[in-house]
Order: sequence, then C-alpha cells, then structure tokens
Amino acid sequence: MEMFTDLSRLFLRSAFVDNLALAYFLGMCTFLAVSKNVKTALMLGVAVIVVQTITVPTNNLINSLILKEGAYFVPADLEFLGLICFIGVIAAMVQILEMTLDKFFPALYNSLGIFLPLITVNCAILGGTLFMQQRDYTFVESVVFGLGSGFGWAAAIAGLAGIREKLRYSDIPAPLRGLGITFIIVGLMALGFQAFGGI
Amino acid sequence: MAKSNSDLVMDPVFDNNPIALQVLGICSALAVTTQLSTSLVMSIAVIVVTACSGAAVAAIRHRIPSSIRIIVQMTIIASLVIVVDQVLKAFAFKLSQELSVFVGLIITNCIVMGRAEGFAMKNSVKDSFLDGIGNGLGYGLILMVVGFFRELFGSGKLFGITVLPLQSDGGWYEPNGLMLLSPSAFFIIGFFICALRMWKTDQIEEA
Repeated sequence: MEMFTDLSRLFLRSAFVDNLALAYFLGMCTFLAVSKNVKTALMLGVAVIVVQTITVPTNNLINSLILKEGAYFVPADLEFLGLICFIGVIAAMVQILEMTLDKFFPALYNSLGIFLPLITVNCAILGGTLFMQQRDYTFVESVVFGLGSGFGWAAAIAGLAGIREKLRYSDIPAPLRGLGITFIIVGLMALGFQAFGGI
Repeated sequence: MAKSNSDLVMDPVFDNNPIALQVLGICSALAVTTQLSTSLVMSIAVIVVTACSGAAVAAIRHRIPSSIRIIVQMTIIASLVIVVDQVLKAFAFKLSQELSVFVGLIITNCIVMGRAEGFAMKNSVKDSFLDGIGNGLGYGLILMVVGFFRELFGSGKLFGITVLPLQSDGGWYEPNGLMLLSPSAFFIIGFFICALRMWKTDQIEEA
C-alpha cells in the first residue's frame, strides 16, 4: 500500500509540480511551434506520452544493466557513454514505434504523421531519461515517471493551444504579436502550475 | 554564398536570432539562467558544439548518404557534447553540478541540429564553423540578457558579486523571488522579443 501511495505521489509530482515543459523548459521548440490548434497539440501530446513511457524505462534498464559501474553485464564504468546510448535508444524506439503503428494502426499513424519523427529531437524525451538517471529511479518508478511526465507535457501543450486559439480574436500590440505574447502566456501558465507545489 | 565572414557571424545575432526569430533551442537552456555564471558557461558550451559540429558535418557532407544523415549528425553532436560534458566535469565540477542534465540536453538543442541540417550540409567547412559561432552567439546573447536580469533582481548579485545589497544583509534591496522561478524567464524573453521587434520592425509577425 505504501508503495502505491509513493508511486502515485511520484506521478502527480512529475505531471504537475515538476512539469517538464513549464518548470524545466523542456521540449520548448515543439511546444511553441505546434500549439496553434488544440487538435494537433493533443496528437503530439499523445505521441509524447507513448514515447516517454517506452523510452524512460528502456533507458533505465540499459543504465542499470550495462552502463553503471559494477552493472550486471558490463562491470566497467561506462557512464560517459550514456548520452550517446540514450539518444540512440530514443531514435530507435521512435523508429520502431513508427513502423509498428504503420503496420497495425494505419489510421493512427497517418494522423500522427510528421510528429513521431519530430519527437526524437524533443528535449522532453531525452530530458526525462536524464532526470531518471540523475535521480536514480528504480524500474517501476521509471515507468511511473515516464507516464507522469509525458502526461504533464501533453496537458501543458493542450492548455496552451486552447489559449492561443482564443487569442486569435484579441488585439495585441504589434511587436508582441505571435511569439512575444506566446512567451508571456507560457510564463503565466508556469506561474499557475507552480501553485501545484502545495500538494 | 556571397556573405562575408563578419556577416556570417553577426547576422544570426540580431537580424536572424535563433531564439527570437527562428524559435529554436529554447528548450534546454532557460533553466540555467538563474545565474550569470551558469548562463555564460552554457553559452560557451553551445557555441563550441554548434561551431565544431557544423565544421565536422560540413567536412564529410559529400560522404553522408541522405537517408541516414540525421543519425550521422546526431552521433557527431552527441560525441561533441560528451567531450564538453567531460571537460566541464574535470575543470569546473561545481558548475557542471549546477548545470545538471542541461549540458547533455545540448544534443537535442534544435539550434545545433538545425544548423547542421540547414547550413552545414550545403556549405564549406569555414563558413559552417563561422555560422555555428554566430548562431551560438545569438543564443548566448539571449541567455546572458535573461541571466543578467534574473540574477540582478532575483538575488541582487552579478556573477556572484553583490551589486544591490539585500535587506537581509542590512542593505536596502528586497529581492524579487519570482525572478528565481521559471515563469520569469518566459516573461523576460517575451519582452526581449518585443523590444527587438520595436527596434527592427520588419520582424513583426502578420496578425
């Protein structure tokens, strides 16, 4: 029971308090570029949740079984190879996911389209893995962390897209138009998410 | 490409700033701007990686098959980042602790990738190197501006040296805690973009 409360706390924490997008600025490029309408934002959000939930635990296994000093398969300390391994795993995972979806769920594959390959260079994914490594999560924790942080990212981008859709009808001072006002809105959202810190 | 060397370096700083105009590479960086020293180290790291990866990609650009070019670029960038990371750990351990995962995240910094893919694949080694320096500088400029405001108003210091004496130490300045939290970085960049576009009005977006 205690383990369950710990895990649910970890989920809430990674989804809201330590939101990857709003508290750590991760995945900002896509966050700002693909948040013009809610539907595509949601699609991207779902893709991030799926990839994050797969890659963080995979990298966790690689880290604990191969890279760490005294690990099961290779006892030598290979941690300096971490970065290159993780990014390789992420790229490979995205590729495999893409092929699987293409084969078995073509409709979903077509609607996700360009977003899947884009995820490889989404810093939220690599960031999630690096945080997992830094905070020494166990395998179960890393599954929960991947799910939670992916969910938080998706929630943030869907929220921002909703606000930006409404914003189209407002009269914004010319120099702030577009990117400038988006940054300020993201700032306000981040401020809102900080309030979750009290939970 | 008839651009002169100085254009290659200076163009991305103001006229075509990677952060303010191309919306690239904001990802990994803003969390490190609570202090000027970390912003400076981060900027230097990014300049080195962008310039060297640009030069490396340009040097082998005729030998990279286009179907696997992303992976090749990724590998080059990742190796450079590992070098930077190890150097920081060896010579500036405390700073590298503060930067935590964000040095590693230079790999997925879209500026590096974007310049490798968009510029270095088509241009000579020297041009790509200079272009990398320029884009790194444009990125560093914003990082330094944000870092300056956040450290000055958030803790009354610059590079760790007290400029505005804090009330808690018997001075007069009441620090603005918001500046140390993440939202302030977004506000500062928002207003920076606003200021830049008031100056260079051709960058204003169509409604």
